[in-house]
Amino acid sequence: MSGDAAIAPLVLVVDDVDHGREIFAEYLEFRGFRVATAADGLEALDKAFELLPDIILMDLSLPGIDGWEATRRLKQDDRTRDIPIIALTAHALAAAHDKAREVGCNAVVTKPCLPKDLEQEVRRQLEARAT
Amino acid sequence: MVNIAHFDALPTPRPRGGGIGSKAKLALVDALMAEEEARPCAVVALRWLVRHVGVERAVCAVVDNENGRLSGLTGIGVTLASVDGFGLDLADRTHPLVVALSGGEPVAFHDSSQPLLRALETPLGNLSFHAVPLGSSQEEVGPGLLLLTGFEDGPVPDDVLWAARQLGVRLASLWYRRAQAEERRHKRERSWLFSIINNVTDPILLTDADGRILVANAGAEMLLTAGEDKREGWRRAVALNNMLFSASLFTNTAESGPTRRELLLVDPSEGRDLLFEVLSTPVVIRMSEVGVVSVLRNVTDLRRATEEIEENYRRLRVAEAATRAERDRLDLILNSVLDPILVTDPAGNIVRMNPPAERMFTFVGGKRSLETERRVRTNDAVFTSFVSSLYAGQTRRWRRKLSLIDPQSGAAVPFEAISGKVVSKHGEETAVVTILHDLTEAEEKARLYEQVKRHSDELREKVREATAELAEQNELLRRQAFQLEQASAAKSQFLANVSHELRTPLNAIMGYTHLLLEGVSGDLSTPQQDKMTRIDANARHLLAVINDLLDISRIESGKMPIQIERVLLPELIDEVMTEVEPVIAGTRLAVTRALAPKLPEIRTDRQKVKQIVLNLLSNALKFTPQGSVAIRLEHDAGTDEISIAVTDTGIGIAEENQKTIFEAFEQANSSYARRQGGTGLGLSICRRLAQLLEGRIVLVSRLGEGSTFTLYLPCKPRTA
Repeated sequence: MSGDAAIAPLVLVVDDVDHGREIFAEYLEFRGFRVATAADGLEALDKAFELLPDIILMDLSLPGIDGWEATRRLKQDDRTRDIPIIALTAHALAAAHDKAREVGCNAVVTKPCLPKDLEQEVRRQLEARAT
Repeated sequence: MVNIAHFDALPTPRPRGGGIGSKAKLALVDALMAEEEARPCAVVALRWLVRHVGVERAVCAVVDNENGRLSGLTGIGVTLASVDGFGLDLADRTHPLVVALSGGEPVAFHDSSQPLLRALETPLGNLSFHAVPLGSSQEEVGPGLLLLTGFEDGPVPDDVLWAARQLGVRLASLWYRRAQAEERRHKRERSWLFSIINNVTDPILLTDADGRILVANAGAEMLLTAGEDKREGWRRAVALNNMLFSASLFTNTAESGPTRRELLLVDPSEGRDLLFEVLSTPVVIRMSEVGVVSVLRNVTDLRRATEEIEENYRRLRVAEAATRAERDRLDLILNSVLDPILVTDPAGNIVRMNPPAERMFTFVGGKRSLETERRVRTNDAVFTSFVSSLYAGQTRRWRRKLSLIDPQSGAAVPFEAISGKVVSKHGEETAVVTILHDLTEAEEKARLYEQVKRHSDELREKVREATAELAEQNELLRRQAFQLEQASAAKSQFLANVSHELRTPLNAIMGYTHLLLEGVSGDLSTPQQDKMTRIDANARHLLAVINDLLDISRIESGKMPIQIERVLLPELIDEVMTEVEPVIAGTRLAVTRALAPKLPEIRTDRQKVKQIVLNLLSNALKFTPQGSVAIRLEHDAGTDEISIAVTDTGIGIAEENQKTIFEAFEQANSSYARRQGGTGLGLSICRRLAQLLEGRIVLVSRLGEGSTFTLYLPCKPRTA
């Protein structure tokens, strides 16, 4: 984990849809973040434990281990407990959002979401964590 | 001692001459002293005079003070009858013998005055005699007089005078002693009398003509006299009693003979009233003076007892009257009951009936014939057997149907007989009271009831069938409702899925467009940028449509969550204005807002209100090519409602479209609306949201002039 200001924050983008991952990853890199990606829940867990990113963008509907379950596991592990997780979902109903908050997501963003709006939320979460 | 025998025998007279020896005188004195009675003393003296002095015949008469007479006591040489018959009135002061008696000297009555001697009517007849007063003193009238013969020719010898003196002294002495003894006896008798009177508890008084008390016994003294030692109250009571008693005495003076009256006095010792019955009898006291003896009998207790008896008697009379009234009332009650009532004694005899009973069991008020007699007998037999069965049984109440016959009409009358035993305090059966209740009407009613019941049963059966059918229908409906619900849930799920599936590609479209516009892949030429902007706008529209559809779906399925909280409307309006600021900046409209002062806090769902206002304001901006848009907030204290009115000077809405404007996908001017980027769902959602918040949206519009959409919201919704 990089506490050094010189090193850009590492964002783990988790999404099973290629273009979903690509849009946010490309934009965040363009905006100066370091970005890692994962296409399913299992990979997300592996990457998270391996890289210990500064923040995770978690799609909820994922094959295998879904986003809620992955978040739950990350929030139960001492190593990853403090990493902010922003749920990123195309589910628009309140029930899906509530469930995400229950398992430990720090914020929920509904797709479609403009990349710059997402960047704002990421920065807000990082600032909140720093204080 | 001298023998006193027959005085009518003449003793041998002693020859006169010379003085009498002291021995003979002593003998007389002794003899006189030996006698205790007047008559023997006189006999002794007379005998002595005959023997020693020469007296021939002698009579001794003595003064009877009580009768005021001089009476013969004894005599010698005269008959005893003549002595006893001799007497004269001392009041006759001119009588020679009375004169002689008081003269103190012997007086001679000589033979020469024969008529006088006869008139004197002495026992000596017409013989000459000397009257010698007894006693010594010349001043006072002596105790008696001696009438002596034998000294016709000379004065009375001194020895006679001496003897007369001796006898007089002796007699006086004897009388004195006798008087004393008499006095003592009187005293004793008086004291007995007083003790008797005093021991009589009733007060007894003797009063003189002036009402002064002469004699009073202890009881009377207690009431009518008071010593100085008595207290003031006692003395006053006594004074009062005296007044009352005197007054009562004088009210009766007119009457003669015993009188009886009542007198109320005060008991001086206790102060309570005492009632006396006074029996007054006039009596002669002292010569001709008339006094009154009064006996007071205390009848206070007697009076009280009498009053009590009278009171008891009065009560008895009242109780008797009450009982009579009670009986009369009972009769009245019995007679006023329309059902026959009969009272029977233990022998089964009818002892009391009211008129309705009489109609069934007697001929009273009806004709008497063989027919009616037979019916009455039948009724009687039926009733008697019913009552006797009750007497035989242990139960105190009895109820049975009796079939009687109306004696007059012959109609059978069904009765219900209800009987009760009347049992005395001692458990003795004294009577049976029976009430007969005519069942004719009841039976008719029962028959009608049966009919009604049959119809009712039929009806109930029909209702039951209908109900069963209804239940079946209900079940069918319920099943359909369940299916509908399932279908609705499926629809909701479907919409959610559609939404999700639409959002994912939309995310790619909007995301890539954004990347390109942001120059992530290098700068775009101006035409490229214009086209990318068109893509972006359409993607946003599509997103708006999807969001609206989802809202409608949630509202319709009742799944739209409502969060009631305290909302400050000025803040909320600020937020809305901030959000539409970019839109306003792209127009040349004058947008104003007017908030009434002191808007109250409102409890509602902040997001929903914001969504509605945002929508209304967006619409106003969209459909107003030029002019102004105004927001106005007011509070109606009467209904406690907030109104948020959005007024524009836009294209307006034709009246025929005003009703359908709130339906989904209805826009008054569709082509224009589409140009303005509306989804056609906004107003529909707004109206539904307003309803969810217990409010409403009201439209006032004129085509070509503008519109006012007003949202009304309760400050305190019921669900809050």
